[in-house]
Amino acid sequence: MSDVKRRAYEVRAQFEAAGAIVVEPPILQPAETLLDLYGEDIRASAYITSDALRGEQMLRPDFTVPVVQMHMAVGAEPARYTYAGEVFRRQENDADRASEFLQVGYEVFDRADPAAADAEVMALIVQAVAHLPTYVATGDIGILMAAVRGLRTTTARKEALMRHIWRPRRFRALLDRFSGRTPVPDSRIAVLAGQAVETAPFIGKRTASEIDVRIAALHADAKAEPISQTEVDCIDVLLKVRETVPYALEQLRDIAVDLPVISKAVEGLDARAQAMSARGVDVDALPFEASFGRTSMEYYDGFVFGIYAQGHPDLPALASGGRYDALTRHLGQGAEIPAVGAVLRPGVMVDLEGAL
Amino acid sequence: MIKLGVPSKGRLMEKTFEWFAEHGIVLSRTGSDREYAGAVDGIEGVSLVLLSAGEIPRELAAGRIHFGVTGTDLVQEKLSLWEQQVAPIREMGFGHADLIIAVPQCWSDVDTLDDLDAAAAAFRRVHGMRLRIATKYHRLVREFLRGVGVADYALVDSQGATEGTVANEAAEAIADITSSGETLRANHLKILSDGLVLASQATLWKSRVADLESGDQAILQTFLERVER
Repeated sequence: MSDVKRRAYEVRAQFEAAGAIVVEPPILQPAETLLDLYGEDIRASAYITSDALRGEQMLRPDFTVPVVQMHMAVGAEPARYTYAGEVFRRQENDADRASEFLQVGYEVFDRADPAAADAEVMALIVQAVAHLPTYVATGDIGILMAAVRGLRTTTARKEALMRHIWRPRRFRALLDRFSGRTPVPDSRIAVLAGQAVETAPFIGKRTASEIDVRIAALHADAKAEPISQTEVDCIDVLLKVRETVPYALEQLRDIAVDLPVISKAVEGLDARAQAMSARGVDVDALPFEASFGRTSMEYYDGFVFGIYAQGHPDLPALASGGRYDALTRHLGQGAEIPAVGAVLRPGVMVDLEGAL
Repeated sequence: MIKLGVPSKGRLMEKTFEWFAEHGIVLSRTGSDREYAGAVDGIEGVSLVLLSAGEIPRELAAGRIHFGVTGTDLVQEKLSLWEQQVAPIREMGFGHADLIIAVPQCWSDVDTLDDLDAAAAAFRRVHGMRLRIATKYHRLVREFLRGVGVADYALVDSQGATEGTVANEAAEAIADITSSGETLRANHLKILSDGLVLASQATLWKSRVADLESGDQAILQTFLERVER
């Protein structure tokens, strides 16, 4: 057995000792579920193959989706799972990144106490890499989501912003437009003035009534008041919070005075910090970044964290994880359960141990 | 011997031959019309390799040819990390082609990528599937749409007659090379006002990886001096 594999099984044994059941999802996963979930981007980062019988199949790009599916289908509650195995990632832009590597993971499905479950996952991972020189980054996508949900504007605008939470550039463009900071494009003005009449024949699957519905939505949007400058400023300030946890909490509570809708999410951060502290994490020195995890971790919708090797910017993250309640809703066909998990890369651990 | 790869047929080949002739390098096909062999006059030590324009990026990246003529679009689509494998030497001023995103003309509500994104979200809700964009430039289009933050679409492969896919209900929109726009109009499609993915033209490329034998360095310098004039 290779060093990396041995290390992977050792870590998995630690997670098993913490109460997790070992699971072994298949390497070949139906592509449809993953494509539906991640969209076209997954094609760039996963190996897709096919056969005449089962159609498109994907070489497991991560374990989270199959573990969630398995739990939603047959799992008892609460549940803790661990696994160790290869994941496969297509690399189009960086020849130095591995296209096949081992992951060890720990996933918790538990309704009782989300803050405690978050703390449990991070503390276990931190413990597994405690002998290595690392630094930790944490964030909470749930705070930004709460801020968006609480905006005093139309439901359609809030839905559009929520849909692009993980695409900062489009999120910013939408916020600028909804707040009147960018001018309405000429073509939009023409549509609103009823001047964009098309004589071309109707082709394709998108029907005339769908176009009418969208034009009606554009009219409704044009009538809505712009999102206030105060609210936009609050989101800007919120996204810039980058401090150790105690100071971040202080800043977020200040923002919550103007933006009370985030109060509950901010208190959730406090509860998590206390739960972490109880598990021996040095919360006073723990960094918190409100925008952490927005670009790379699409399905996370609450607590997020990453652990990186100190002095090795060339190495990928040693571990990463977070809360993904919405994913269980998406895959659960009506059912849902709060869930949090993390993965660790034993290959990077072994590299670092070799450099000690 | 320095190897120069050139498109093997049609207008692109003729224009390439003309361009090199203006630089004192006379390229010609030899033998029968069906035989892909060529001759080079006006410079010593350069041999001609006639290839399909689509294969030239790969040949450059493999180092089997030292120079090659092909479109920016093909290089960027077919080679990952293309900057590390090939270097552009000269844009040649012909073979202009834009890779664009087009939607049905009847979509009076859609003119920008922002509109396309909103239409895609609504389309997915109504039809239970992602809005399909037909293309053969998967990498370029995917990277472009990721960059601008368009979601809820899926690329479907179309290797030819892409403009027809919308009327055939195999796709809702297309991303394709257009030189004039006439085919688009004939198929009742319009270009998004901010939907230019890439402006491409015929370009002379140098392979960064092709080996040089003794004496090749001098020929390469002469060749570069000629084409850069």
